[in-house]
Amino acid sequence: MSLENFIFLLYILVLASYCGFELIAKVPPTLHTPLMSGSNAISGITIVGAILCVREGDISKYLGMVALVMATINVVGGYAVTDRMLQMFKKKK
Amino acid sequence: MNIIIQLTYLIATIMFIVGIKKLNKTQEARQGNILSAVAMLLAVLATLVDSGLLTPIETFSCMLVGGAIGLVWARRVEMTQMPEMVAIFNGFGGAASLFVAFSDYWTRAVEQPDLSTDLITIISILLSVLIGGITFTGSLTAYGKLSGKVSGNAIVFQGQHLVNLILLLVAVACGVLVAINTSSVTAMLVMGAVALVLGILVVIPIGGADMPVVISLLNSYSGMAACTTGFVLNNSVLIVTGALVGASGIILTQIMCKAMNRSLISVLLGGFGATSGGAAAGGDGTEMVVKEVGVEEAAMIFDSASSVIVVPGYGMAVAQAQHVVREMMDLLEKKGINVRFAIHPVAGRMPGHMNVLLAESNVPYDKLIEMEEINDDFGNTDVVLVVGANDVVNPAARTNPASPIYGMPILNADKARTVIVSKRSMGVGYAGIENELFGYPNCLMLFGDAKSTLTKMVGELKEM
Repeated sequence: MSLENFIFLLYILVLASYCGFELIAKVPPTLHTPLMSGSNAISGITIVGAILCVREGDISKYLGMVALVMATINVVGGYAVTDRMLQMFKKKK
Repeated sequence: MNIIIQLTYLIATIMFIVGIKKLNKTQEARQGNILSAVAMLLAVLATLVDSGLLTPIETFSCMLVGGAIGLVWARRVEMTQMPEMVAIFNGFGGAASLFVAFSDYWTRAVEQPDLSTDLITIISILLSVLIGGITFTGSLTAYGKLSGKVSGNAIVFQGQHLVNLILLLVAVACGVLVAINTSSVTAMLVMGAVALVLGILVVIPIGGADMPVVISLLNSYSGMAACTTGFVLNNSVLIVTGALVGASGIILTQIMCKAMNRSLISVLLGGFGATSGGAAAGGDGTEMVVKEVGVEEAAMIFDSASSVIVVPGYGMAVAQAQHVVREMMDLLEKKGINVRFAIHPVAGRMPGHMNVLLAESNVPYDKLIEMEEINDDFGNTDVVLVVGANDVVNPAARTNPASPIYGMPILNADKARTVIVSKRSMGVGYAGIENELFGYPNCLMLFGDAKSTLTKMVGELKEM
């Protein structure tokens, strides 16, 4: 990776972190658990990296496959359980 | 083709951001979560196309297996088990980052050694392995503690911090070796192993009521791990989403620390219950006199009240009493009694734990009031029912500077006309200190398992 490319990615990191702080700072306490399990599912974005690792190769492919299974559990399970929770939050009719 | 993939990533990123934004509002939260799931699907599809799908069988079977496990797990889990569920999913996220980084490393160091590897990439790989490894075993340890498979108490031993420091130094030394010479596989393996051990050691000294802080922090780590993986693969979707998750975890961590009046450092050093318990138990030595109340009498007190506030705590989750609490609320409301719930930010074992449990038992969320909002109302409330909460209603936090929890914001339950505490026994709370409240003249103890005593009380109330 070239230094320029790295600096560019750092810019993205800084801006995204700032964006994250602004977006989440005002989440009401009622939603803290869904926020957590939802953001947890989002962190399963590593699935993208795992897919790229499952390619021709020997040990590297198997490592990628383990990563892919785990990331998929994280993503699918995380979103499903968050949805289940959010479904329950109802206002008084 | 490449431009289409990049644009898909961009669209997915926007959807992730909007999705998180929607999690701010209770009415839109579900929609936000679905939006973010669709974004994930888009990112996955784009990557599948991008990878050229050289090994379709392996790729799809892994995703099928993982997806099935995740789905079944998510469907089956009880809402009371939510904290450990989040912890273990979090661990898988960390492990995925660890394995991706290792896989990439293996390609560079062993399988295709002629592939040029620059310093930035190797440092990113090292960080991914370190953070991913700590997140993995740290989350598994948290899972063990929360599900009761290992002791939930703080486990401390002599020289714990020194051991951690030495391990961290070993990890750094190995990292430097790998950075100098990419092909030093042994150093890399040692570093991975050290990261895994560190994850366990960092979480075991943290116990009970400090768990919300740890879960939030591990959540943040899993985001950071995804972020460093983004640097390894030169992929901005991973960096953006990882940063979003990292930020959200840090904010939650801060909120939790503030709610306990503890610094992050003191939580991480751990052993709260173990160190302060002995000193406080010695206390002033005076025996506290408590007044007991029976189910029937308690029901009568509720029946004649006009306003009731319920303070739930971890004990409610343990006793699975959330449904009977809601039943009681319905009965009291039918009698024209105003019932509300006061939620302390660290009640339970994860941020928002009580809200989820009560939502599960169909308590409307506008009945759940935050501490700051409800604290002034305790003074003109007839009855407060404390279910399985202890330290969060201990007035010592306000009045006794010698108390280990002094300065922690608490719910002013003691200010109500009558306080009824549903509790199994006189045992101390997580902080290992006696609760002054129980000795107050306006406080009545309703001993017994919360679920069974409250069920009996509901029966009494029905007859009135």
